[in-house]
Amino acid sequence: MAIEGIIGKKVGMTQVFAEDGALIPVTVIQAGPCLVVQKKTSEKDGYDAVQIGLVEKISNRRVTSARRGHFEKAGVQPLRTLAEVPYSGDVNIGDRVQVDLFKAGDAIDVVGQSKGKGFQGVVRRHGFGGGRESHGSMFHRAPGSIGASAFPSRVMKGMRMGGRMGGDQVTVKNLRVAKVDAENNLLYIRGAVPGGRNGLVFVQFSKNGKRG
Amino acid sequence: MPEIMKLVESAEIKRTDIPAFGPGDTIKVHVKVKEGDKERIQVFQGVVISRKGGGTRQMFTVRKISGGIGVERMFPLYSPTIDKIEVERHGRVRRAKLYYLRDLRGKAARIEEKRPK
Repeated sequence: MAIEGIIGKKVGMTQVFAEDGALIPVTVIQAGPCLVVQKKTSEKDGYDAVQIGLVEKISNRRVTSARRGHFEKAGVQPLRTLAEVPYSGDVNIGDRVQVDLFKAGDAIDVVGQSKGKGFQGVVRRHGFGGGRESHGSMFHRAPGSIGASAFPSRVMKGMRMGGRMGGDQVTVKNLRVAKVDAENNLLYIRGAVPGGRNGLVFVQFSKNGKRG
Repeated sequence: MPEIMKLVESAEIKRTDIPAFGPGDTIKVHVKVKEGDKERIQVFQGVVISRKGGGTRQMFTVRKISGGIGVERMFPLYSPTIDKIEVERHGRVRRAKLYYLRDLRGKAARIEEKRPK
């Protein structure tokens, strides 16, 4: 079975020792187990993929009837989070996906939702320099000019301004697996991963990095 | 802290040979030093002035006076580069962090020995 990714929840960050004594910053992810819910084929759907869902304890009432039918068809328990993953080889509906598909040293991409930062100004949101804080300066963190006057008589689309920041889908590419704890379904990833604790993350083999 | 994190951190503590010591104690830290492909042991003796962090992340700071100059070195408590730790002397102190020692020298920087009850 070769499924290329897994769904998990971020547990938090800590440090582990490498064999030579170096401290490695790691993010711990409780990943899987996941179940294969649906198989998409190029004949029927135009592409090949499997739909996997994270196994969680959820009340039956929280599943819409449409989804319930979807799960009943696959013969799996109701799941909350689903994701589509490429696969290779022989995969059947109902198969379990576990963290042991990864091993230490693998290059992976992690997709998550970044922490919401609320309404932020241009300095924080777009990295504007701002003005001088003192010496009579009356221009501190304002955006400055947002365009010319009579022409074009409007603000250009995509002008960088203040607004809601964070809460976006973020992919961090080419991270390394530091350690795999298959017994407790834990994945240790070197470095930081988007989102807060208990945030959902999707881990897959790196698309452009090399494996192993 | 979430339960899983506690589990992770306790599982990462792989050594049990660390003696009990605290701020004010004079200790000898035997550090493994790599030189090329050879390994030797270097001893760093001084007063523990701080212990901080929890779980695997716990660190401690040792201060000594070397050639009239104060030298402080921080170690991760459970680091595999520490060969062993010896406690030379328990000091009686009333602070958890002895950063005030940095401003004192000579006689004033002495620490009274803890009397066993």
